[in-house]
Amino acid sequence: MLPDIDHSMTACTDEHADNPQTIIEIDHLSTRFGEVVVHENLSLKINQGEIVSLVGGSGSGKTVLLRQMLGLNQPASGSVRVFGEDINRIDAEHLQQLRNRWGMLFQQGALFSALTVFDNVAQPMRELRVLPKQLIRDAALLKLQMAGIGPEHALKMPADLSGGMIKRVALARALALEPELLFLDEPTAGLDPNASESFVNLIRELRDELHLTVVMVTHDLDTLFALSSRVAVLADKHIIAYCRPDKVVEFKHPFIETFFRGERGQRAFEALPEKPGQN
Amino acid sequence: MLAPTKLMPAQICGRSAGVTQIPFSLTLACMHTYASPTLSYTQQDAQTNQATVIAAGSWQVRALADPAHPGTLEKISATLRSVPKVDETHWNLSQVEALDYIGAQLLWNAWGKKRPAQLTLTPQHETFFRRLEDTGTLQLKKPPQHRWYTLSAYLQFKLRMADHMLGFITLIGQLVMDLGRFLRQPQRGPWKEISANIFHTGYQALGITALVGFLIGVVLSYLSAQQLHQFGGDIFLVNILGMSVIRELGPLLAAILVAGRSGSSITAQLGVMRVTEELDAMLVMGLPHGYRLIMPKVIALAISMPLLVVWTDAMALLGGMVAASAELGLSFKYFIRELPDAVPLSNYWIGLGKGVVFGSLIALVACHFGLRIKPNTESLGAGTTISVVTAITVVILADAVFAIVFRGVGF
Repeated sequence: MLPDIDHSMTACTDEHADNPQTIIEIDHLSTRFGEVVVHENLSLKINQGEIVSLVGGSGSGKTVLLRQMLGLNQPASGSVRVFGEDINRIDAEHLQQLRNRWGMLFQQGALFSALTVFDNVAQPMRELRVLPKQLIRDAALLKLQMAGIGPEHALKMPADLSGGMIKRVALARALALEPELLFLDEPTAGLDPNASESFVNLIRELRDELHLTVVMVTHDLDTLFALSSRVAVLADKHIIAYCRPDKVVEFKHPFIETFFRGERGQRAFEALPEKPGQN
Repeated sequence: MLAPTKLMPAQICGRSAGVTQIPFSLTLACMHTYASPTLSYTQQDAQTNQATVIAAGSWQVRALADPAHPGTLEKISATLRSVPKVDETHWNLSQVEALDYIGAQLLWNAWGKKRPAQLTLTPQHETFFRRLEDTGTLQLKKPPQHRWYTLSAYLQFKLRMADHMLGFITLIGQLVMDLGRFLRQPQRGPWKEISANIFHTGYQALGITALVGFLIGVVLSYLSAQQLHQFGGDIFLVNILGMSVIRELGPLLAAILVAGRSGSSITAQLGVMRVTEELDAMLVMGLPHGYRLIMPKVIALAISMPLLVVWTDAMALLGGMVAASAELGLSFKYFIRELPDAVPLSNYWIGLGKGVVFGSLIALVACHFGLRIKPNTESLGAGTTISVVTAITVVILADAVFAIVFRGVGF
């Protein structure tokens, strides 16, 4: 059991008792696109081994926040620290080392359309320039197998794959360099329930095996309840609540009420065999 | 022999790290907190009295491929290769601090893809090898190789050419039918698309065609003037310049520039529409590609090209006049007065006709290749290149046809 500490600013920021390593630390971040303010004074801390879900309405800036954690977008002010390094003030060499330690699954897969499935997964390994060919071949096929893609699909082009398979290949590519930190943007959007289920199981397995830290943006309540150790709710330009899924649903805010306590949310929550966060 | 299974809180950045790891300061940045992987082979271990391999350190891909320690992987691979009998060797991995699938695979491959008889490892590393064992050997089947000199490759090439010809003829047929529909109901035609295309392919090309036309005019006039001056035939400069620019160079220059500018953009536009499934969306909504995409572009280029030809002609002649007055002292007034006598009007009409034909051909070729782009980035690049190259070639071929057909006209 984790003790709950309620902060006045953000509702129930759960803290582990034994002060674990902080992987991501966002501090007073503000984002503006022209006149539009997307984030204001947003702070968030993600610890090692957590699976954090980022939820919020459409256009609330979830994906932008994810891209800022990856250093793809720059915040207007505030800092983003990943593995203890401010990724907007780091030199290129260190940033490259950091980039080998995280993987990202893009919403549309973002596979290289000119490369085969196998080459897509092997590409990051080849980029290291030291791994022997045979090892890359075996490791890439293993990654694909883990993501549920058999070797018979390895030589297909991304354009010949179904949406679910693209997601799986993209996950295999994100895992290619054994990242410690995995970013998922809508990992189960567009997957059938069966595929979503196996995706959830795969992520859980990998978390246990590789001690992954996972940050995901999702609208899928089933996935959210099944996987998250904590849920960060993004509304009113900052994180309004950041706690275990069963605590988040009790929080009073119009967005949370419509998002979680709608009919679908109730169903997903009831359907859980065990309430998350309790083991 | 086995290390404790419980994970310690001090496993800072790693995953199954930390049997012997000393807790770091928790605020320490997570860079370089792993020990380099090592592998040692002793032929006769002092305790067990048999060949032993001891692996230690972090066997993660980041440590194996660490740019700060180049050659780590080569050294380990060499040691692995030097182990003579895998099964009679004791493999001790209990000192491995951290492992991942790439590190595990490295050992697994050295073991001949099976678990060696004598293996000691910590329980938390057991899952890696169990998964490798369960997965078995994954085979990647060889892709079929097509060599360019084989008969089948040659036949395929012929087939592709035939396919292109057939596709192009179909496109022209479709265009004729669409034009028929347009003429029957001109009030329902795609006027907006036509007008937008004229703007893009015509108006926006004025600058570049003017610049190139002017410069070519200057160069041509300057070179001809030097030669003519030697023979005392200065006044024939008007004939040479007027004839070559109006009948030949103006249309050809404009066409090559437009093929590069608008041809590539049409191909790329249609190609991206294929990649983003916009072409399919149009079909679903009942908007035929031929009538809404191809015909407007062909009509627009057939209108804007002759206009560009006139513009390029004018600019080239202007350049020629400037150079002629500088080099030979021919006045502008003389040049303009002599031009109608030197160049019969029919040459002007031939030039305009070329413009219409070239414009339509460029649009058709660009559309043909644009619609054949496959939904990947490489095909997009290759399709755009081949579209421009083909368009320019087709324009020059058509120019040769014009030269033959009108060989008795306009002299």
